[in-house]
Parts: sequence; structure tokens; C-alpha cells
Amino acid sequence: MSSGASPVHSQNERQVKHETIESAIVRFAGDSGDGMQITGAQFTTTTGVAGNDLMTFPDFPAEIRAPVGTLGGVSGFQIHFSSRDIHTPGDLIDVLVAMNPAALKVNLKDLRPGGVLLVNTDAFDERNLSRVGYSSNPLEDPAVAEKYQLIRAPITKLTRTALEGLELQQNHMDRCKNFFALGVAYWLYQRDPETTTHWIKDKFKKNETFVEANLRALRAGYNFAEASELFTSRYEVRDAHFEPGLYRNINGATAIALGLIAGADRAGLELLYAGYPITPASDILHELSKHKNFGVKTFQAEDEIAAAGAAIGASYGGSLGVTASAGPGINLKLEAMNLAMITELPLVVINAQRAGPSTGLPTKTEQGDLLQSFFGRNGESPIPILASATPADSFDCSIEAVRLAVEFMTPVMYLSELFLIFGSEPWRVPSADSLPVIRHNQIQAGEDPAAFHTYARDEKTLARRWAIPGIPGFEHRVGGLEKDALSGAVSYDPDNHERMALTRQQKIENIANFIPEQSVYGEESGQLLILGWGGTHGAIRAAVEELKREGVSVSHAHLRYLNPFPRNLGEILKRFDTILIPELNLGQLSWLIRARFLREVVGLHKVKGRPFLVGEIKAKAMELLGRN
Amino acid sequence: MSATALTKKDFVNDQEVRWCPGCGDYAILAAIQKTMPELGVAREKIVFVSGIGCSSRFPYYMNTYGFHTIHGRAPTIATGLALARPDLSIWVITGDGDALSIGGNHLIHAMRRNVNIKVLLFNNQTYGLTKGQYSPTSHPGTISKSTPYGSVDQPFSATAVALGAGATFVARTYDKDARHMSDVFKRAHEHKGAAFVEILQNCVIFNDGVFEDIVGKDQRVDHMLHLQHGERLRFGKDNQKGLAITDFAAEVVDAASGRLDDVAVHREDLQNPGYAFLLSHLMQPEFPEPVGVFRSVEKPGYESAVIAQIEEQTARRGRGNLDALLRSGDTWQIH
Repeated sequence: MSSGASPVHSQNERQVKHETIESAIVRFAGDSGDGMQITGAQFTTTTGVAGNDLMTFPDFPAEIRAPVGTLGGVSGFQIHFSSRDIHTPGDLIDVLVAMNPAALKVNLKDLRPGGVLLVNTDAFDERNLSRVGYSSNPLEDPAVAEKYQLIRAPITKLTRTALEGLELQQNHMDRCKNFFALGVAYWLYQRDPETTTHWIKDKFKKNETFVEANLRALRAGYNFAEASELFTSRYEVRDAHFEPGLYRNINGATAIALGLIAGADRAGLELLYAGYPITPASDILHELSKHKNFGVKTFQAEDEIAAAGAAIGASYGGSLGVTASAGPGINLKLEAMNLAMITELPLVVINAQRAGPSTGLPTKTEQGDLLQSFFGRNGESPIPILASATPADSFDCSIEAVRLAVEFMTPVMYLSELFLIFGSEPWRVPSADSLPVIRHNQIQAGEDPAAFHTYARDEKTLARRWAIPGIPGFEHRVGGLEKDALSGAVSYDPDNHERMALTRQQKIENIANFIPEQSVYGEESGQLLILGWGGTHGAIRAAVEELKREGVSVSHAHLRYLNPFPRNLGEILKRFDTILIPELNLGQLSWLIRARFLREVVGLHKVKGRPFLVGEIKAKAMELLGRN
Repeated sequence: MSATALTKKDFVNDQEVRWCPGCGDYAILAAIQKTMPELGVAREKIVFVSGIGCSSRFPYYMNTYGFHTIHGRAPTIATGLALARPDLSIWVITGDGDALSIGGNHLIHAMRRNVNIKVLLFNNQTYGLTKGQYSPTSHPGTISKSTPYGSVDQPFSATAVALGAGATFVARTYDKDARHMSDVFKRAHEHKGAAFVEILQNCVIFNDGVFEDIVGKDQRVDHMLHLQHGERLRFGKDNQKGLAITDFAAEVVDAASGRLDDVAVHREDLQNPGYAFLLSHLMQPEFPEPVGVFRSVEKPGYESAVIAQIEEQTARRGRGNLDALLRSGDTWQIH
């Protein structure tokens, strides 16, 4: 613990129980201006450094500052941390920090009975209460105090008192109260505030008063928890068992950005990333735009279409062109994707899915764009589709998207999700030379132009050569019109068109020979297989692990490759009596599995803008096994 | 391959040109094929990028690198290409519908950014490939397939759009004068940054003779104003007429009988685009329509600024090390 935030031990040493627990789930909730995301991020960093496994789930409104104290303005950050391997941000929460009545009203239903409820009593005035429809103060309700460990803390007043003597306006003082709450949480879980102390010093280095104010607030929260007799227990969550190595916390957006830089590096290509601001994809652009010294070119285009076009232009010129968006922006890019498909140029398109349709719920998660990825373009337009399972997995998935695009000369749709983009978990940092080498097939100066045909293909990959401008003798024309199967000249010949359509289809199906076979977690055959894709991985895996611990046999197969499917998927499906497919949509993978394998499946669907709870999947599995 | 040894023939390929007989595009194609060898650029360094429409089939007929793209999006693809490959000479071929309607957004932003691309807009005031609907440059009242009772839209002046977007080079030429086209193309090529050239082009099928009143051999002398940097805005037989500009308005004056001093001197290098903007709105029958270079000014180029920033950051921080990047942030070691 650094000197700046060392706790003052209380004079009268009281009895506080020290409990060692396996896992805990904490949610910070307040107004969207209360700094709850910063609080959560700091708690996350500290928890990671302390050696726990963790997973986070930030949940915030679409409006930057909804009117203060309203239900629509509540911002939350949930973290699940554990001494064992965990997969989700958790179902019911153990500790809820509610900075105002709105935060309480929105979040209380998720607090487990007996859980700690820390409230800022200063915010529970008549105005704030009536604004969210409370006719009486819920803190006075005996049922609340009975059901939860209610900790009343006048956080606003205590923060102001702690900051007395600093030349600060009251509104600046009040902005520090999130660090007060963080201090309480650090005491509760015996966390060392050192990492946060460093962060505060760096973040506010231009204003010493702000540094002092935030450090004091943090310390005041810690000391309040220590000195007051409100808390009867402190908890310890021991180190998780990780493989040896260097770790950091990473969210999906950063993992994608780093994966793209790494992928371009391993392919020996320059990276051009073109994007247009949209939640939640913008964070990828923000991250990449910092790394200019890697030669990364970032282009904030005038619209989504321009971003896709610029990425294609860069790929045509021999760079790796990448664009990303969320659903409404992907709609706009589809015409350009089809151009990349027919010209057979590499292009990575990342869809950071969010709840749709149309603008939908811009800050909430969903998996609604799978069928669009398959069928959203005009004509017969097959493209590889893959999806990442966790925030850290997004790194590997990005590299894999680059590999497929470059080795097979094709646009690739890489599906991420808001839940994965914003969520974070510990990531074992790989060394650069352990990453796969990606081979591109650009024409090199000195090759014989006489042997060049624009659409001649490699026998194995069926990819055409990547002939980039600047090499004499290889001048050629590509474009959206159908091309002769060899020369690439415009061809309206009916037989040629059919042959090209079939070849393009075959090229993508053939990728199944260049990807791993599908693995199964648990028994290789049995009564029930849960089949999933994307960000539902954690909830499904946690449910399956819990069921197995309870002696129930259930298996889990999680798809990274959605087009083409792994070669052995059909065989796997045959070995189970029942297939359950949980999805955050109304059954899109179910639809594909039925169509592709003529196999009946059971869907579990949720479109509430929120991820699955482990309990929801467990309950459905038990129901299907006739065990409830 | 030495660029100086090239001739027009080097830019002609074996593809059958499939424009309608008599289309103005043939003359433009010939002018470009003739001009290319004179630019001193190796053929493999030249790329033609187009959108959709009759004019946008152009890249197929050039023996260079070429990319026939999608509706209105050619400037976006050219921008990405220019960012990736600043060593290339990139020409965008587009039409009035493609550039000003479906691709209007991309055109103005490419101009605004001053990307080093040369945009050649073939303006025939009609949608030729879709069989003759009125276009964003058609005069009000245009009778077309989609406007049997006359169009009610107000048209764009293509050059005014480019100037309004901040284009640093704006010119106009016409398909009936190979020499004029070639001179303008060369000036566009020499310009560092985005160059915009409107080419008045005849569509024999759907809009035959739409510019005849300006570009026709007999009409040119009175209805066309040749812009020459440093020279007065004079036109008509023996340059008897001139344009005076006062109070932000143009006036046709008699240049031969005493008002020569009132006739404005053409300046293409004015930083303030107001004068060029005024020229871009001159129309028949009230005014002669200007051809030549409206504006040519130097401003920082987009892709060179992007690359300069990369070089600056690389010089400051060193070439990025992938291992160091992966390990950045708060890390901890598990033994």
C-alpha cells in the first residue's frame, strides 16, 4: 500500500470476521455521470493484478448524460472474480453499490438475498425518490434491511468532509465520491489500492488538487469501512490457478485491435483500418489510432460505406484492409463486401453486434446478425464467417480473420458482440513469434507476366493471385461485373457465370479443410449437447461445468467457424439425443443447423439486450433431461 | 518499362469498347490514351477507378491497372488506395449521376480531404446506362423517362459542388476538343492533391446535343468563356465581349469600346474560392459558360499528412515492437 492511500487503523480494534470465499460478484451502479465505469475498471485492474480470474460486464445507457437521477440514466459495472476458472460476469450479485434511488430500483432485483447493499443515503431525498416512483424511502422498508445486509453510508457528505481544506468547488468534490465507494470495496475484499493510486496520479497529473482529492476520497472510503461498525465481514478471494505466464486484463475491443496489428505483422502487410463512429465498434478505431508507430493507418471515413470502400481500396493496393461496425453500419457495407467477394480481394469486416433491429438498443448486447452475415448480400455470395467466444479470444479470432482473408482472397465476416467488446478478462500474453505465420500470395516483381491470368487459381486454396498495381506487365482490370473464369475479362456468358458462382462457393466450403475440427467439451456422445456460438460461450460453459459437478452429464460444443462449419460437425450432432442451442436471438443458428444437417434442435432464445444467466441455461438443460 | 518510350497504343487493350456509336466517351477515351504517355508515369503505376454508369466502364478499355467498383463509391476506393499507395497515379472516372447523386457524399469528402486523386466527371445530364432518367445536373423541366411532365428538381453545377467542398483544383473541359481535354488532364495530373475535372459530354441516345449551344462549333465563340490565368475574361468574335465582376456579380460588358479595364483578370490561384464559385454559376443564356481551370491552389495533401504523422510518431517512439505492445498496460506474472 502506498503512503498516499494508507488506511488509518481504527483505535478500537473491533471484531471483523475474515472469510475466505471462492468467488464474488460486485456491481457498482449510479448515475451516468457518477463515474461508475471508471470505478469498475479500477476494481478490475486491481483484481487482475491480485491474481484472480475475472470477467466484467459494463452496462450503460445510450445517452451520454440522461437527466440526473432517472431510471434511464443508470450506469452499472459488474465484475465477477474468483480463485477458480470462471466464464461469465455472474448471475446474482453479492455486493451492490447503489449511488442513488434510481440505481437501487434498477439493480436491487439482481442482489442475492443476504448480499451487501451499500447505498449513498445522501442521494435518497424526496426529490430523487419521487423521480423514480418511490412513494416511500425503500431504505426505511424493514423488508429490505431484513433481506440484505444494508449499509447506509452518507457518501456525499463523507466525501465532502474528507476534501475540506482543498480549494475545490462542491461539484468537483462530489465527482470524487465514486472513489469513496471504490475505497469501501477495496477494504471489503482486502485489496491493495496501489494500482489505483498510480492511475489517479497519472490521470490527473496536470492538476495536483484533483490528485489529492481523489486519493483522499479513496482513502476516506477505505477508512470508513474500517472504522465504522457497519461491516461485519471482510472477504478474501485467493489467487486463481493460472498457467504460468505474463497476464493482463483485456477487453474485446483492445484484443481485436491488437489482433489486427499482430495479424498484419504476421502476414507482412501494412494495416489500413477504416471506420465510422458507432457503438460499440468505435473503441477498435480508438485503440488502433494510437499505434501509428506500427505503420497502422486509420481512416475515419465520412460514412460506413466509405469505410468499407477505403478498406477495399487499400487491399487492392496490397495492404490489409479492415473495417468494423455494428449492425446498422454493416447493413450499409454489404454492397461493398459483395464487391470484395466477386473481385476476390482480402477484406476483414468486424461486426460488433448490438441489439437490433435498426438502431435497436445501441448499448445492449445481442447476437442478431448471424443470418445477415450469410444472406445479407445480393446474389450467391458466400463468405467465411467466424465468431469469438470471449474478450481475450477476440485476439486470436482477429488473427484468424486476417489469415482467412489473405490466404483465401476473400472478405471475411468476423462477428463480435457488445458484451465481448466491452467485457474484460485476464489474458495470457503470447509472444509475437508464437503467433501463426500468414502467407499472402501477392505477385512479386520479376515473375513472368505471360503466365498470369487474373482469375487463375491455386489448386489447394482456390484463391486467385493478388496482383497489386505497380508491377509492370501485370496490368489488369477487376470489378463488380462477372469475369471470365481465367482471363478476368468481363463475361456475360451464362455457363461461365454458373461456373464462377460454383467456384466461389467451392472456395469457401473448401476452407473447412484448413480449419480445426470441432471439439466437444465433456462426453463425446450422450443425451444432451449444448451447441453455441459467440459470446454465450461463458454462460454455456459455466452451466455445463456446474451440471457436471452435480453429476449430470451434458456436453458443450462451441462454434468459432460458422461458415464453413467444421467438417466433423454433422457427425458430432448425430451422437447426441438432443441438441440445445442457446442464442441471444430468435433462433438463427438453430435455423442454419436444421437447414444444413436436417437435424431437429431445441432453441433457447433471449432478446432482452442482456447476456444469458448461467441459471437460465442450466434450467433449460435440466428440463430437457427430465430432471426438474 | 521506361515511361518515356510509351505511346498511345500502349494504353489501348484488346477489349471491345461497347459504348453507343457516336458517344462522347470515345473522344474522352482517345484523349486520355493520348495524354497518358505524356505524363512521364510508368504504365503500371497508373490506376483507373470507376463507379457505375456508362462512363464507369472506362477502366476496362485502358491497358493500365483498373478497378470498376460500385455505385458512387469510386472516391472511397480511390481514397483507400491512395492511402495505401501514395506512389500511384490514381484517376477516378465517374458520371453526373454516380458522382453527384449516389456518391455525392464521397465526392465532397475526397475533395475536402484533398486526397491525391484525379476525378474526371463525365457530365451528360442524364442517366445513360439506366436508359435516360434525368440527373442531378439536368435543367429544371427536363423531360425524361422518370419525368414525363418535366423535372422539378434544381440542378447542381458540378464545378460549384467541387469548389464548395474545398477542391484545390477545379476545371471544366468538353468532349469536342481533344487538345483542350489533354491540356486540362495534364494540369490535373501536375496538381498535388485532389483534382476535379468536369467534362461536358454528349449522350447521343438520351440527351443528344444537350451542350450543343455551348460546345457547338458555331456557338463556342459567343457562348464559351476560355479561362486563362492572368488574362482578362473575354469572349465573342475578336474577344469583343468581357465579364466585369462587381458586388459579387458578373456582368457582360463591351470589351472593345472602352470598358476593357472593367473586364476581370482571371486568377486561378486565389485562396478565397468566392471568385471561382461565382464563375461556376455562370450559365447560358445569360452568360458564357467557362471552360479551363477555375481554381488551382496548394494545400496540404491528405495521404501525405497521414504518412507524415506515422513517420513523426515512429521517429518519436521508435518503430513499434509487437511484443512490447502485447505486454503493455498493467501486467502481472504468474509463476
